[in-house]
Parts: sequence; C-alpha cells; structure tokens
Amino acid sequence: MTSKPLSLYLHIPFCASKCPYCDFYSGRYPAETRAAYLAALTEEIRTFRRAAAFVPEGLSDRPLSSVYFGGGTPSVLGAAALTSVLTAVRARFSLLPDAEITMEANPSLPEPEAFFAALAKAGVNRVSLGLQSAVEQERRKLGRRAGKPQITRCVAAAKAAGIRDVSLDVMLGVPSQTRESLLETLDFALSQQPTHLSCYLLSLEPGTPFDKMRDRLDLPDEDAAADLYLLTCGMLKARGMRHYEVSNFCFGDRIGRHNMTYWTDGDYLGLGPGAHSYLAGRRFYQPPDLDGFLNGVPVCDEGPGGDAEERLMLRLRTDLGAPASAFPGREALLKELERNGLITTDGGTVRLTDRGFLVSNRVIGELL
Amino acid sequence: MKQKKTHIRNFCIIAHIDHGKSTLADRLLELTDSVSKREMQQQVLDNMDIEKERGITIKARAVTLNYEAADGETYELNLIDTPGHVDFNYEVSRSLAACDGAVLIVDATQGVEAQTLGNTYLALDHDLELVPVINKIDLPAADPDRVCADVEEIIGLDCSEAPRISAKTGENVPAVLESIVKNIPCPEGDDDAPLRALVFDSVYDNYKGVIVYVRVMDGTLKAGDTMKMMATGAKYTVVEVGRMRALTLEPCEELHAGEVGYITASIKSVVDARVGDTVTKVENEALSPLPGYKKVNPMVFCGVYPADGADYEALREALEKLQLNDASLSFEPETSGALGFGFRCGFLGLLHLEIIQERLEREYDLDLVTTVPSVVYKIYLNDGSMVEISNPTNYPDPGTIQYSEEPVTDAHIYSPPEYVGVIMDLCQERRGTFKNMDYISKDRVDIHYILPLNEIIYDFFDALKSRTRGYGSFDYELKGYERSNLVKLDVLLNGDLIDALSFIIHADKAYPRARKIAEKLKDNIPRQMFEIPVQIAIGGKVIARETIKAMRKDVLAKCYGGDITRKKKLLEKQKEGKKRMRRFGTVEVPQEAFMAVLKLDDDK
Repeated sequence: MTSKPLSLYLHIPFCASKCPYCDFYSGRYPAETRAAYLAALTEEIRTFRRAAAFVPEGLSDRPLSSVYFGGGTPSVLGAAALTSVLTAVRARFSLLPDAEITMEANPSLPEPEAFFAALAKAGVNRVSLGLQSAVEQERRKLGRRAGKPQITRCVAAAKAAGIRDVSLDVMLGVPSQTRESLLETLDFALSQQPTHLSCYLLSLEPGTPFDKMRDRLDLPDEDAAADLYLLTCGMLKARGMRHYEVSNFCFGDRIGRHNMTYWTDGDYLGLGPGAHSYLAGRRFYQPPDLDGFLNGVPVCDEGPGGDAEERLMLRLRTDLGAPASAFPGREALLKELERNGLITTDGGTVRLTDRGFLVSNRVIGELL
Repeated sequence: MKQKKTHIRNFCIIAHIDHGKSTLADRLLELTDSVSKREMQQQVLDNMDIEKERGITIKARAVTLNYEAADGETYELNLIDTPGHVDFNYEVSRSLAACDGAVLIVDATQGVEAQTLGNTYLALDHDLELVPVINKIDLPAADPDRVCADVEEIIGLDCSEAPRISAKTGENVPAVLESIVKNIPCPEGDDDAPLRALVFDSVYDNYKGVIVYVRVMDGTLKAGDTMKMMATGAKYTVVEVGRMRALTLEPCEELHAGEVGYITASIKSVVDARVGDTVTKVENEALSPLPGYKKVNPMVFCGVYPADGADYEALREALEKLQLNDASLSFEPETSGALGFGFRCGFLGLLHLEIIQERLEREYDLDLVTTVPSVVYKIYLNDGSMVEISNPTNYPDPGTIQYSEEPVTDAHIYSPPEYVGVIMDLCQERRGTFKNMDYISKDRVDIHYILPLNEIIYDFFDALKSRTRGYGSFDYELKGYERSNLVKLDVLLNGDLIDALSFIIHADKAYPRARKIAEKLKDNIPRQMFEIPVQIAIGGKVIARETIKAMRKDVLAKCYGGDITRKKKLLEKQKEGKKRMRRFGTVEVPQEAFMAVLKLDDDK
C-alpha cells in the first residue's frame, strides 16, 4: 500500500455534566438526541456529505493509522453505540494492523468491566481517563465526581479487557493546588501503572464559569503554576517517563500516536460538531453546533495549512524538535535562548526545555 | 472700497487663559453679522480640534468686522486673535505690533492672573490703548467691583467705564464694541510712503499657497505688484490681496496704510513668510524694515520616531505638511540605535511639542515614540571649542568637557500669598534661584525666580497648578545661559545602552532620578523571556539597578482535537503585539515605558 495513512477523529458532544473549566463543545442531551446524533455521525462516516467540499477523491482508500473518540464524554453513549460507530468506520476505511484506537472515558462509568470488555472486542486498544486530581477537595472544585476508587476500577477493568494503553489526564495549576497535593496526585497516577499521562496546565477559557469567577478561585499565580509544571516534568522523568510533548508523557514508546499526527504535519479527518480537519494542505472544521450538524450544515474553511512556519511551530511542541538550520539569521537568539536554559541545540536540533515549554508561545513566536 | 483711516480700528483681545477670550470673539462676530447664527460654530476663530479641546488658541487668526456704531457711522474693526500660551510669546508680540489697541478681559471671579499681567505689559510695550472688560458677571462667584479695584490697583487702568459683561450669555457685549470705537485710536500711516506691511501670521492653503496676514503700516499693495520679504529677500508677484472675513477671504483692489488684510503670491511655505517680517515693494522699496523681527529658535528638542519603522516616510510627509503652516517647527533626520529612523524635532516649548505630537497622531494617524525632551546645552571643551547639544546621544565624552552651560529663564509666578511656601519649595526643588517677591495687591504676590529651562519644560506648570490648587499661574522668558554641572544618564537594558532613553540632567539630581527611572522601567516593562537587568549609568558607572523578572508561563497547554488554528492565531496576535513594542536586542519595551520615564512629579 503506497497511500499515506490518515487519522480519524470522532467528536462525541455529550457529557453527563459540564465541568466548570471546560470550553469544549459538549452538553447534556436527551436519549433521542443522542440517537439522532449517532445516526448522523454514522451517515457522515459513510458519505462525507458535510465535508464533501474538502474531501479529496479516494480518501477512504487511505488506511487509518489511528481513530480517536473524543468529547465531550464518548463513554456516555455506551459500548453498543460506540461499537456501531467503529463498525461504520471499518466499513468505509481499512485500518492498519497496528492502528491505535483511543476512547476517552469518564471514570464514573457505572459498569467499567462490561464497557471496556465490549470496547476491546470492538478493537479499542487505548483508553484515556480523566483523573484531573487525586485530591478530593481539588476535584470537587473542578466538578469531577469520580475519585481514586473509580479510577482504580476503570484502569483495572481496561487492562483486564486486554486494552494495551491506558492514559490518565492530570490538571496542573488548579484551585488550591500545592506542591504536596500535586505530588499526591502524580503518585497516585503512577501507582495505576498507566502507559501515558497528559498533564495540562489549567487555562481559563473565556465564557467558562471558571473564567467568570477567576478572582475567587484561589488559583496559583504565574510563578506557582510554572513551578507546579516543572515539578511534574521533573518527577515524571525521574520515574522513567519520556516528556515527548508540552503536556504529554509516556513510558517507553507508548506515545499517543493520534495526537502526534497533529504535531507532525500528518493528515487527519475530524467528524462531528467542533471537530477540526487537515487534509491535502487545507484546514477546515465542522461548526460547533449540534443542530447544525444534524441538519447537514457543511464544514467551514480555515484556509491553507502545512507551511514551513506552521510545521516548525507544531514540531517545537514535541521532543522531536526542529533542525537549527530551519532558523536562518536567528543564531544569536538561539544562543541567548540556550544560555538562558530555554532550549537545547544538541546535535544541531533545537528542542525546548521544560522551562522553554512553559513559555513556548513566546519562544516559538520569537524564533519564527 | 477704501475705508477712511478714521473709521478703522485694529485691536486684539488679551486675557489670561480661560478668561473668555474666544467666547467674546464669537459674540463680536455675531453682533456684527459676520457670521449668521446658522454658521455660528462654537468659537469660530479657533478652528483646530486641539484648540477647542484644550480651550487655547494656538495660531493667530484675524477677521474684519463691519460695525455700525451708535454715532451712525460704519467702522471697520480688525480683530487680531493672539496665541495665549508662553510657548508662543514671540507670535503674540507680532500680533500686538499689528494692533493699535487691545481689549483686556478679566474674569470677574478670578481677577488679575499671571498672563493678564504678562499680556498687559506686552501690550503696553507696544503702546497699545487698553480697553478693560470685566467678563463672566453671570457667575455666582463674580465680584466685578473687587476685580475692577484689582485692575486699577495692579495695572493702573481706570475701570470706571469698563463694560461688565457675560460673553457667554451675551449680556452687555455691545458696550464692548462701543468702547473699542471710542477708546482705541485709529491707525496712522501714509499711503504715499514706501510700503511697509507687518506679517503677523501666515497659513498654508492647498490652492492659494501661503496666505500672508499683514498689517499695512505705510504704502499700498495690489495684485500684480512685485513684493519683497525684507528679512529673507525673497520676491514674489502678488496674486491677490483682500480682507479676512469670518468664514471666507474677500479679495479687494488694494490694501492701504492702516488696514489689515491678506496677500497671496504663490509662496510655497510659511518659512518664506515668517511672522515678524516686513513686506515691501521692489519698486519704491522701504529703507528699513519694521522693528522687532527675529527668527524664532526652538527651545525644546526631542526625537520623534514612528512606532512602526515602515511609517518613516509617512512621518516625514506629515512633518513637512505641518511645517508648511508652522515656521517654528524644525526637524531633521536622526537615527537611533534603539528606535531606528526618525526625526529630531525642535519646538517652542512643551505645549508646542504636545500639539505637534497630537496632530501627527490624530490628523496623520501615526503611532509615535518620542524621546525625552531636551533643551539646548552649551558644552565647552578642553580644546576651547563649544558645542551645542540638544540630543543626549551627541553628548561629548565627559573627559573632554571643561564646563557646561544650560539655558535659564526669568520666571514670574503669581499666586495668593498663602501658597508662597509651597511655590518656593517647588522652585527650590527645580533648582530655582530666588530673586524677589512683590505684593502686587494684598492678595496677590509675584514671585520672581531664575529657573533652569530644563526644570520647567516637562511638568512645572502642572506641578504648580496642583500644589496651588489651581490658583498659581506663571510666565517665563529665556534669560540666557548659566554655568551648570551637567551629567548624562544612560539607561542599559540587559546590558545594552538604549540611546533613546538617555538624557542630560544636573548632577545633583542624577541619583534620585536614576533610582526612580530604574523603578519605573521595571514596573512598565512586562516580563520577558529572560531576566533583564535595568541599569542607569553615568559614563561607565552604574548608579541604580533593578531587575525585570523572567516570564514564567505563556503556553497553550492543549491543542484540542487538532485545532491548530487557535495556536496560529495566538502566534499572529503575538506578532501584532510586537509592533506596538520597541525591541532592543531581545527586550521588548512598550511605549508606555518611554512615557513613564518622562513623568517626574506623579508620585504624590
């Protein structure tokens, strides 16, 4: 097979409840709406009707290297529905033998054993669970109900079902977080023996409840939040993890390959409201509007993608880095950045350090 | 039609700022039907936006009014408006020289103020007949009797018949016109003598070229004559002569001795028709020019740079256009290591500087960075030579300097006696030398100080106003140069000298000022990628130091669902933001930081 592999993202815009910091497109909807959505998404997989203007001919002849169910909370749909979506995917595309199939799941699942067994059977081989914090008080402020016992049960269930990769999400810089409480969370996360951790610094997104009450949140200040990030990087690396992207860590080679597609200029098709795509040098997205999607509203153009600047900007988020030769005329700046510990240039490859990642917007902006 | 000289009155209105000069001018225009109610905008004579906002008149204008007096005769009243700020003293003096009398407005609530006196003395210097008018009698706090007594006592002017008016409501304003006709003498002059016409203003017009405003002292002038500017020697063929009406120019056959009017002659720049120059005719040339001409020299200089280097040419064009109308604005190209290409501009004073800066930003839509204003210092070198320095960048190596001189002013501060203490404190802080103090009336003192010019150009007036709760006023003129102990302060960011922030200062003030500037820069420069030392140095010696901490966190943690566009937009926004910053090596300095360095007196 010669054609370039493709990654597929499927957005499930449903949640059992909305977390106060989240600005992703999702909400609570009745069962009929969820059923209608399932039908529309399956139809879109079959026809690419909404994305037709941007889908090149022969797209479905390309094999999938990854499928990612994100949300929202895909697990809200239940195993049977998700299995049916995967069936539709397999009907349209072939999957590479080692294709990564990820399911985001909320640890407050009622029957994780049955759920993960069914998903494993359908081919899901990677699970991403939202832990956020192991500390009860922090979790409550984040609106996350499921705690340590549920996480432990889910991780065990996923592993028992034969799901190879388990990733946990942890949030940094959340209200009331201290070095000690963060270490407690990280210790707990590692005790679950995940293959992967995503550790995201909290950002206050406009319009979210967190944004509106920002002054009352007891948030760590810039310096404290930066220290929490550095603490995380230091600890996880000491435990043998690879820090392969700004917010992502893995053991061995267990990187999240789907996400890596984004950083390495790979093609991806995103289906569902709010999903973004990058195909044949063009970026487009489905408007974040469930009704619109149900009614067949087409995708929107976001212009060309994949130019040199964009590729560098994305690669510099990873430990792949970028060749120093990609920054002609920036030699003095590179030296200064290196002297100040924001980048390394070993072997002629520019890589951001942990401190560099922390100010990566600025560093990348300077370099480009 | 030629007006009999006996029926001409040439006058101006003088007043302290805000005493109602422009409002009275409006009323006079209305009363003489020079503008209809419909055409009446607020303060027709001040037609620049900035003037309206600041309530001050920047450029002189003149207007001819026809007035039918109580005696049944029609008089030609030439009202010459004068600038009302110390920055424009010379222009004021030329306007006064074009007049035979002056209406002196005094605010019935405030009485005699610094510029009331300053302008009165100027008017007396020009032998003008003064017509006092007490204004703002409609205000509850008005006390016209006391103010009349004040004027009689301080100025020695009989106020028994002074019209008491409200220019705002129009009450009793006709009495002002009658008083002008009755008390101001008609012009003298000989139509048959060689032409001598005083240029008291000139403005550039896109169609006619420069319009020269003149008061004809002797002789006559008409279209087709060959005129000559006596100071510059330039000759032109007169295209048109006429009178200024409130809203239009009205051509006429000929201008005669005693009259006020305009001349156009395809003159390309106001620099060629300088205020104070004398116009004569090549045929039958006057033997000598009218007295009083001087080329005004800028007193305050600063670098003006486009915030975006790409706007350099646009800035040049804008300055050229402004200069067409402003002979006292000077500029020449300058390069700064920190700011790139820009211009060294010279101004009459800080107000003039602010006006130009504002006009450049408003009328020409330019974003500017200006450097610290400086006066002109005289630096005497060991080799016996002298250099004049207005740009700190050119300050000589201290080792080569024998001594320095700085410009000083004769400054008069007028205030109620209770503020004498705070005024003296202020003047002392500003390195003033006390000369004397006069009680000009029982509740008014005149405090006379010698003050260095560089101590008053930034914010002296604001400081005076705030410390005297608005009661203090002040007036100054350049006295000359005095020996001084000067040093140049340099600002280093991350070890790099930022030439645009250097300035020259008296040695006694260097240390406190250096500390303050270091603090201000630290507070006004946002965190950068690296820790940035801020150092203030004299020569190579650092005398103050602060550190701008490194930025710790600026990261998009998550690019959700492949939404790269968000990250790209962030990058774009960052690039936009950069444009509003000045980069020095890797340090980005927002414009506010430059401004902050200039403001000295704001920590109270």
